[in-house]
Amino acid sequence: MAQHQVNYASSAGLPIALTTVDHLVNWGRSNSLWPLTYGLACCAIEMMASGGSRFDFDRYGTIFRASPRQSDVMILAGTLSKKHAEFARRLYDQMTEPKWVISMGSCANTGGMFNTYATVQGVDRIVPVDIYLPGCAPRPETLQYALMMLQKKIRRESANMKKNTKQNLRLI
Amino acid sequence: MRKYTPKDNVQKRAYYTDRFHVVPSVPKQAVSSDEIFAQQLAAVEAEITVIDSFIQLGQMVMEVKPEDNYRTIEILKDQCDYAMLSEMSAVDYLARDGKFEVFYQLLNLKERKRMRVICRVEKGYAVESVVPLYKSANFSEREMFDMFGIVANNHPFMKRIIMPDDWEGHPLLKTYPLHGDEFAAWYEVDKIFGKEAREAIGPEIRDQAQIHRYDTKRFSRVGHEVPFGADISAGEPETPIEYSETFLVNYNKSQKQLDKRK
Repeated sequence: MAQHQVNYASSAGLPIALTTVDHLVNWGRSNSLWPLTYGLACCAIEMMASGGSRFDFDRYGTIFRASPRQSDVMILAGTLSKKHAEFARRLYDQMTEPKWVISMGSCANTGGMFNTYATVQGVDRIVPVDIYLPGCAPRPETLQYALMMLQKKIRRESANMKKNTKQNLRLI
Repeated sequence: MRKYTPKDNVQKRAYYTDRFHVVPSVPKQAVSSDEIFAQQLAAVEAEITVIDSFIQLGQMVMEVKPEDNYRTIEILKDQCDYAMLSEMSAVDYLARDGKFEVFYQLLNLKERKRMRVICRVEKGYAVESVVPLYKSANFSEREMFDMFGIVANNHPFMKRIIMPDDWEGHPLLKTYPLHGDEFAAWYEVDKIFGKEAREAIGPEIRDQAQIHRYDTKRFSRVGHEVPFGADISAGEPETPIEYSETFLVNYNKSQKQLDKRK
C-alpha cells in the first residue's frame, strides 16, 4: 500500500490536476487528428510518405481514416480540378464537426502552375482552409510541421466550436 | 522588354519572329520511293480518291475525303496489315482554312511501317467512327469530341471523357481562352454553392504574385503585424519591429559546449 501513498510534499499537495474544459477537450482533439485518406495529385505521395514508417504520423496520434465520417482533418493534397471540386466539397460536408482543412502544396493553395480553365484557383474557393502549406511538393517534414501548427491552432481554440472565429468566416 | 504584338490571329501570322530562328522544314519524299508504301497506296487508290500522299520522316501521310475515312482505314487494316491505331485526334486549323484536321496514326507491325491518314473536316460536320475497326478509337474519339466538338457518327458512347458532362465549350479549340470563359471561371462556385455565392467568394485570382497591401486578413508585413482584419488603409501604426515567436526561434538558449576542455 505504501507505494500508492500520495506524497503531498512533492505533487503540489493534492492528487488531482486542475484544468479547464477547453484545455481538456482541445488536448483530446489536437492529439488525435485523424485525416481523411484523400490524395489528389503528386502531393499525395508526400502525404503517404508522412503516414509511412519513416516519417510516422502515428506518433502524433494522426491516423489516416478511409471514411469522412471518422475524420477530423481534410488534407487537400494536390491539384483540384474543377470537375472534382464538387466531390471534394461533398467529402468535406460529410465530415463531422469539428473539422479542419490543410491545403497542401502550391496547386491547392492558389492553383499553382495550373493557371488554366480547368483547375480550381485555390481550394479556399470551395472549403474553409486552416493551414496553407507552401511547396511543390512539400516535404513530409513540412506536412508534419503544418500538422503541428494545426495542433497549436486547435489548442488556442474554444472547445465550443461556435465561439471560434473560423466558424463565422465559413463561406456558406 | 519585348514589344507587345497583338495575338488575335496567331495562326495566320507568326506574332514573334526571332532574327536567328530558321523555321525547320521537313523534307517530303514521293510515295514511289518506298516499295511497300507504294503498294499500300495502290491498294487504297483502287477504291478511294486520295487527295494527297507523301512520305515524311519515314512515315506515309495520306489525305482522304472525310466521308472516306472509314473505308480507307478498313482497307489499310484488312489488306495492308495495319493492326494498330496508335493514336487519333484532331488539329484546329479553323483560323487557317475553316477546317479541322482529323488524323489517324496507324502502325503496321509486320512491315514496321507507320501511316497517318488525315481528313479535313469542316466545322459542324461529323466523321464516321472507326470503333468497329479499332477498339482504341473509342476513348480517342470521345476525347476528340470533348476537346474539339467533332462528333464521331455511330460511336457506341459519344459522351465527354475529360471535362465534366455539363461543361460548355470545347477547350482545345484555339479560340478557347486559356483561363476559361465566364462559365469556366465560375464553374465550381455555381455548381457547389449556386450563382448567388459568386459575390461572396469573388473572382478567381489569376495573378499568382498578387499581394493586397491593405488586406490584413490574408497578408501581413512581417514585423509590423496588426490585429486580424484591422483597417490599415490610412497607414500602419508606427510600431517597433517586433517579430512574433512564430517566426523567431531562439536556437541559442544555451552556449554550445562542443568540447569540455574549452
